[in-house]
Amino acid sequence: MQQQAVLSYDGTLEGFLTCVFTAYEEKLKVVAINASENTTQQLFTASYEVITHSGKAKRVWLSLKKKTSAAGLRDLKWAFLSEIPQMEMQLYRMIRYILAENVPVDRDFSHPAVLKVAQAAKKVGREKHRMEAFVRFRRTRDEVYFAAIEPDFNVLPLIKSHFKNRYADQKWIIYDLKRNFGIAWDLAAVNYISLDLDPEVGISGAPEAYFHTSEIAFQQLWNQYFTSTNIKSRANSKLHLQQLPKRYWKYLTEKNL
Amino acid sequence: MDYERIKEKLSILADAAKYDVSCSSSGSKRKNTTKGLGDSSGIGICHSYTEDGRCVSLLKILLTNHCIFDCAYCVTRKSNDIKRAAFKVQEVVDLTIHFYRRNYIEGLFLSSGIFKDADYTMERLIQVAKKLRLEENFNGYIHLKSIPGASDELMREAGLYADRLSVNIEIPTKSGLKLLAPDKKHEDFIKPMEKVKNEIIQYKQESLFIKSTPKYAPAGQSTQMIVGASGESDRDIMYSANFFYKKYNMKRVYYSGYVPVAEDPRLPALNSKVPLLRENRLYQTDWLLRFYGFDIRELLNEQNLNLDLEVDPKLSWALRNRHLFPVNINRVEKQLLLRIPGVGLKSVNKIVQARKFRKLNWEHLSKIGIAMNRAKYFITCDSREFEVKEPSSEYLKNVILKTSSGKFRKETGTQLSLF
Repeated sequence: MQQQAVLSYDGTLEGFLTCVFTAYEEKLKVVAINASENTTQQLFTASYEVITHSGKAKRVWLSLKKKTSAAGLRDLKWAFLSEIPQMEMQLYRMIRYILAENVPVDRDFSHPAVLKVAQAAKKVGREKHRMEAFVRFRRTRDEVYFAAIEPDFNVLPLIKSHFKNRYADQKWIIYDLKRNFGIAWDLAAVNYISLDLDPEVGISGAPEAYFHTSEIAFQQLWNQYFTSTNIKSRANSKLHLQQLPKRYWKYLTEKNL
Repeated sequence: MDYERIKEKLSILADAAKYDVSCSSSGSKRKNTTKGLGDSSGIGICHSYTEDGRCVSLLKILLTNHCIFDCAYCVTRKSNDIKRAAFKVQEVVDLTIHFYRRNYIEGLFLSSGIFKDADYTMERLIQVAKKLRLEENFNGYIHLKSIPGASDELMREAGLYADRLSVNIEIPTKSGLKLLAPDKKHEDFIKPMEKVKNEIIQYKQESLFIKSTPKYAPAGQSTQMIVGASGESDRDIMYSANFFYKKYNMKRVYYSGYVPVAEDPRLPALNSKVPLLRENRLYQTDWLLRFYGFDIRELLNEQNLNLDLEVDPKLSWALRNRHLFPVNINRVEKQLLLRIPGVGLKSVNKIVQARKFRKLNWEHLSKIGIAMNRAKYFITCDSREFEVKEPSSEYLKNVILKTSSGKFRKETGTQLSLF
């Protein structure tokens, strides 16, 4: 009987695609694919540490591209960013299914892996949209617009271009406190950065040590607007909570003043 | 900037603008190609939600709530004893920019009470938009009110800076308008609408031949009607809505349940409830017209002056037209699929896709997500079990009401007589 293989990789999409390449090349019977830090030794399995190889990753992606719709490719990418445990195996199964068939099957939701991947991608898409809506920039003393977030999924790579197109003439940083990295626009390019943040900076408010003297005034103005634009005789708190779930309130200026 | 003074103005002028329900910030094509601020080429984003559950996507304010008119339904009418305030043009520009930079909003929705005359007011509104576009290099969304009676030249200029223009018709009937807004003339509303419509058509044509043609109101026009202020019927409202969609290429007509703002014998009393359910049914009808291929005369006519509050308008129509049902979900053409109660646009598309591969049965249909509690009485599918009994429509309606729930059910409070 063929031995079962557990692959580990560096946590990047390229790394994962290299795993797929390796599995085909060595004809492995893959039972698990894990980002390195999650690896546990198991009995009766062979462990492979896969070294990321961009050439191999590219070959897998190119052959996928030939047989997959744009929506299918997007689902694969977005589901990968969900960081849901064992999502790699679902992606792997979906990729095998796509590559094995002659007709496009990436929209065949009766296949369990395709359905799982599409569902994960949908969750990620929802979080992406919410971050585009609920990020609140605060103007710092050195004229950078700063926002800190803790998204459920790793959506920074997905919201990058939205903010780049929109805020081209101001420096900004969006920082993921959970994953401890951020994206920063310096008026020329968006870069990935990592910072040693003083907890004092926080998600809301405007402590004077860090923020522009007028920042708090604009937060108060916004808060005033938010209060005045509400129609009391139409109160509907159920709908309010449905649209604005409580776990997002920590970002919102209008809920934290 | 005097923040305290601005804050006071904001509280007065946001409060006065909130009865305008239009909130959309989509449908424009203004890209940030100049490395400036803002981009309104994508879908609209709701940046927050107020406690009444409505979305906040634009900074929605009046330039001033001083007004020379005395429309009974309006909170800023001349005779109302309230605090008055006015923004300076630059103040609105600054607020918009500072809010936008913090990702609070998608853009600006600017309306105004009418001070001096229509043109004077319209000119101020245009100044704000012009400053934002030309001085601040702002590409976010701008929705301007067309002031009734404003001149053609001004309407022409407004469309060059705004993404959307709107005139609120407010009262759907001429007689209602005469009663509640005696200083306003129906023609005054129509004139700017007509002008904007013609300009949009003209600019579109030109852009076919000349690539550098500037954008003119790329997100089109919209209007709003107040529901329940002048004793109008649902038929009155929807027939005028239909007229505006057809005649003036409206992108949207909004329906706003009247919130009592004044003690006036011509209007509902101050403590009367906002007609939320009626508003909801009107929006459902609006959707049936725009996306489901219904003709307004099928839904509202001499025999049916008002919509049924108990059930949605599509179900209500189907109950009146039982001879068309049941339909076979695996065979019937798309136009009829759209008419099945409980089957929405997305489900219709899924059904059309899925039935290419296999015949659909009840299980497929419920997985696709159609509202089975209503739909099952109107369809057949790949199964032997049908709801083929042919009870009277009245009986059927009661069964459906009994076996389903609705968020407004308490308000209709019908006693179910048959069980």
